[in-house]
Amino acid sequence: MLTAKTKAPLTTPQMLTFFAVLLTYPLWAQAVGLYEYLGIEIAIFILYALGFNLLFGYTGLPSFGHGAFLGAGAYAYGLMQVHLGAGLLPGLVASIIAGAIASAIVALFLSHRRGIYFALMTIAFGQIFWFLAIKVRGVTGGEDGLLNIFRPTLNFGFFEISLKPNIALYYFVAFVLVLVTLLLWRLVHSPFGMAIQAIRMNEMRARFVGYRVWLIKWSVFTLSGAIAGLAGGLFSLAQESAYPDVMSLHASGLVVMMTLIGGGFVSFWGPVVGVIFYYLARDLLGASTEAWLLWYGLLFMAVMMFSPEGIAGAWGRLVRRLRKSPAAEKPIGEAAE
Amino acid sequence: MSTQPIFQAEHLHKRFGDQVVLEDISLSFDEGSISGIMGPNGAGKSTCFNVLTGMYKPDGGSIRFDGMDIAGLSPDRVANLGISRSFQIMNLFDEYTALENIMVAAPKTRANLIKPFWDVRGDAETSDAAADILALVGLRGREHHLASDLPYGERRALEIGVALAARPRMVFLDEPTQGLGAEGRNKLADLIQSLKEQFTLVVIEHDMQFLFRLADRISVIHWGQVIAEGTPKELTANEWVRASDIGKVA
Repeated sequence: MLTAKTKAPLTTPQMLTFFAVLLTYPLWAQAVGLYEYLGIEIAIFILYALGFNLLFGYTGLPSFGHGAFLGAGAYAYGLMQVHLGAGLLPGLVASIIAGAIASAIVALFLSHRRGIYFALMTIAFGQIFWFLAIKVRGVTGGEDGLLNIFRPTLNFGFFEISLKPNIALYYFVAFVLVLVTLLLWRLVHSPFGMAIQAIRMNEMRARFVGYRVWLIKWSVFTLSGAIAGLAGGLFSLAQESAYPDVMSLHASGLVVMMTLIGGGFVSFWGPVVGVIFYYLARDLLGASTEAWLLWYGLLFMAVMMFSPEGIAGAWGRLVRRLRKSPAAEKPIGEAAE
Repeated sequence: MSTQPIFQAEHLHKRFGDQVVLEDISLSFDEGSISGIMGPNGAGKSTCFNVLTGMYKPDGGSIRFDGMDIAGLSPDRVANLGISRSFQIMNLFDEYTALENIMVAAPKTRANLIKPFWDVRGDAETSDAAADILALVGLRGREHHLASDLPYGERRALEIGVALAARPRMVFLDEPTQGLGAEGRNKLADLIQSLKEQFTLVVIEHDMQFLFRLADRISVIHWGQVIAEGTPKELTANEWVRASDIGKVA
């Protein structure tokens, strides 16, 4: 009987630590010089990066145009609020649907591609969406974007919670993040998760053992786009606006850097680490110098040179060395979970 | 043992640009047999294998498996019909353990693909069946070793194990002895012989002695054509084969 050693855990110490830090953040943030709104941005981008890593780290498909789906979600949420006066949940559902539809269409063109061709086509599609966001002014507001997207009230019928205070919005975003994290955790440990990792390791063999690889790649891309759309909707809610900058190549590249620097290829939690690292670098380095992106870029290069598997990879190696255990030399999966 | 052809390819043609690689090739493989395909380098053996298993679409001709026309079907559809293959160049899921390599190829894993709460690794039936396949290919005790950490001979065995994991009716093995020493070849020959009881096997092989020892029938491919076929005994009497290097071995 071989099951006991390999069964996927429902929770892990890392997951519980992450949830504990997430849910207690407002209690200690100010004491360490941070603030509530930073927590909102970090939580939204963790959501975005975890969904992105399903495609990038787990399936091995490098998308350099993922900002398109973040933006599609942001605009969908904004348009629902501005034109239809929709509530919070219909707006967020619209942002998920917008991200899913946009990515599903793009994925139809990409799912038979891999490697450099896949990557280049994601850039091309990302640029198309960015260009449309700027040029279709009547819908998107052009370069100014959609403004005055008010934070609505979360209505439970018998009581309401206003999301205008950052603390309320933070806990709402944190709640969504916990749900999506649990969903993704379950997904990557399901047969689907096993199949997408098999595709990353050896796409041809995956086809020859019976997986319809293009359909699985299309599904992952669409799901990842839907999560990006949700993150975009939340971002639009937090920023009270939706603008084309989130769809730019620069913005799309950021999530790639965040995921790589955190260690998305070796750990489920890599994107979480990468997003926190980026925002802390932005705020801490940014407080000292306007050229903080230069220093962040140098840090990124240093991590890639000395620990290509990112911060999570370096952490995993350190833990293994301390335990002196040669086992669990696994990439994504058990080693750094 | 039934001797009905389970697999028939007729008048296959395949060209890449101006180069004709397969020209009017016809092959048939009996159920429950070991068939061999041999020929010199560049003869078209691997292209033939790739056409038969769905990697390439033939430019002409038909391929029938169990009465069904499978010419031009994608590899996943061919695999789901019960045809598996191994590769000359190792094609494993290197970051998975040996057990996971088998489990990911198991029909039950594919059948439960979109069930998020079904735990592949926690399913006793799937993991025990995978362990049985590993034992069959001589990898008992290696279940939790990463595929990339296994020595070459064991990776070759795992390559065959992954092909068997899909519970196929028919298995194509592409140069399985590649890179193996004498001891490894003997072990592999025993393994293939033992698999004959459960599967119909087709083996492409460079090592002619290996193939003559195992195969019930052998087809010799040269210049993209089948130049001879028959039992190993018949081939030794074939004038084409005798005139070639192949004849010296036979």
